[in-house]
Amino acid sequence: MTSVKAVAATGQLGTGFKTESLEAAAVGADFIACDAGSTDPGPHYLGSGDTQSAEAAVKRDLSRIIATAVKHGIPALIGSAGTAGGRPHLERTANIVREIAREQNLRFPFATIDTELSPDLVADAYARGELKPLPNAPELTDAGIRSMSRIVAMAGPEPFEAALNQGAQIVLSGRSSDTSLYVAVPHMKGIPMGVAYHAGKILECGAAAAKLRLYPDSMAAILDQDGFVIEPPNPDFACTPQSVAAHTLYENADPFLLTEPGGTLDTSASQYTAISDRAVRVTNSQYIPAEGYTVRLEAASMRGYRTVVLAGIRDPLLLMQLDDYIASAGASIAKKVLDSLGLESNQYTIRWLVYGKDATMGPLEPTPFIEGHEVGVVIDIVAADQKTASGIASIAWHTTLHHPIKEYSGLISSLAFPFSPPSFDAGPVYEFSINHVWAIEDPLSMCTISLSDVH
Amino acid sequence: MTELWEVAKLIRSKNAGPWELTIDIMFGNQQDYDRVAASNIANPDTYAGIYHLPSSDIRVFKHEMALALKVSLPRPTPAGGLQETDVFGGQFGSPLVHLEIEGENVLQGQSS
Repeated sequence: MTSVKAVAATGQLGTGFKTESLEAAAVGADFIACDAGSTDPGPHYLGSGDTQSAEAAVKRDLSRIIATAVKHGIPALIGSAGTAGGRPHLERTANIVREIAREQNLRFPFATIDTELSPDLVADAYARGELKPLPNAPELTDAGIRSMSRIVAMAGPEPFEAALNQGAQIVLSGRSSDTSLYVAVPHMKGIPMGVAYHAGKILECGAAAAKLRLYPDSMAAILDQDGFVIEPPNPDFACTPQSVAAHTLYENADPFLLTEPGGTLDTSASQYTAISDRAVRVTNSQYIPAEGYTVRLEAASMRGYRTVVLAGIRDPLLLMQLDDYIASAGASIAKKVLDSLGLESNQYTIRWLVYGKDATMGPLEPTPFIEGHEVGVVIDIVAADQKTASGIASIAWHTTLHHPIKEYSGLISSLAFPFSPPSFDAGPVYEFSINHVWAIEDPLSMCTISLSDVH
Repeated sequence: MTELWEVAKLIRSKNAGPWELTIDIMFGNQQDYDRVAASNIANPDTYAGIYHLPSSDIRVFKHEMALALKVSLPRPTPAGGLQETDVFGGQFGSPLVHLEIEGENVLQGQSS
């Protein structure tokens, strides 16, 4: 009976793993994979092209993964390059791969999968009615799509399979679904999709499915026709039926159904059985093929430039009337911005976050009262360009600093700034602006695969 | 009265993608799970007031194998947007900590 051994180097490229763990897991393995992306840290990375992890940390992890794959003659698949999986993220990570090959004197066929889409292409697909909204999706317009800063499509396993079929050993993809890189090889070797996707979902966070993950590390699974056995290579970690079952909860809105490009993984009837004190066998996972193939799209749109002010407020007379104080200072700020910068209040945004009252939960805070002896204040300003945002911030903090209250006569200083300058330019601000799937007939039509011999 | 934190071993809020929040309430044993799964904590109405949403927008899942309840709801704003207060969505579960567990016996045997 065919079995496939899948290895996850770690949950996120750049967070590290023990070399011994990957070495132990790689013995007899069919492939190594590692995800490098997430939308968790927000839209900045997709919009700007920046990467969350330090380049040195990514290089350290990648070099150990590639060296291990080359040593064992097996593929290594890396998904969602550079946090957001756009073209700059892919190119930067591909350069790191080439650097590693040069420095370690390694030679391998290397494929990149570019999943960035031009806004015009997406706008045309939208006009043809090929974009379908997911729950809570924003309204789209033709002009809105065409002005998006960056759009990526989330690859399924098919582009990875195509790259491997073309002869690639190391495959680096732009945005791809977390599970896709773990499904490609098992699917090519005849493992049922239900088994492959469930194993992929458990593996993609590395050692996170262990009972107590002490630090980021590798994870391994052996897949067959009926299920898979998951067992951490690190002897300090153990999987239990509960820890593995609980992992399907993580970061999913629905713990039983996982929607993938070509269908849905259904784990509601899955059985989890301990086969040792460290290994769990999972069976009975179902895959329901979808009627059509859809890829999820992600996009970031630029909304302006941000400057923030940080301050503390301690005076009890100010704290007891803080809402009114901010409203009254805000009115003075708006007037001064109009007078000196010529901007109406609808040409910029100014937001006050009061820590110690309701800044963490915003309008959802059930107890929006000041109960302590001090608060932290963030004044968040977004305007059309950085110079304007910075100028508004200067007006905002200086106006507020000396804004009077009726209990005191004479000039007051109401804000305690921990820093000089009191304001910080935070650069361009992006928002996620698409939550749709794109219906495509050919799963490879959303990407460009490039193969080269790297040495 | 027992509060949720006294029974749960983890109350964890997290983004489920940029558009949804999901809160996992996990238990250390079957007895604790059974008790809470049969209470107001497994009823979407409990969360409607807390999150200013209609009950129909709130999904509560019972995952017995994982000894966990899961509450999923739309995010108040897409993650990292201009009105964001919590990019990772990690603190949105905090109002649940002091929730009182009610109706364990009344709701016993009913599905929610």
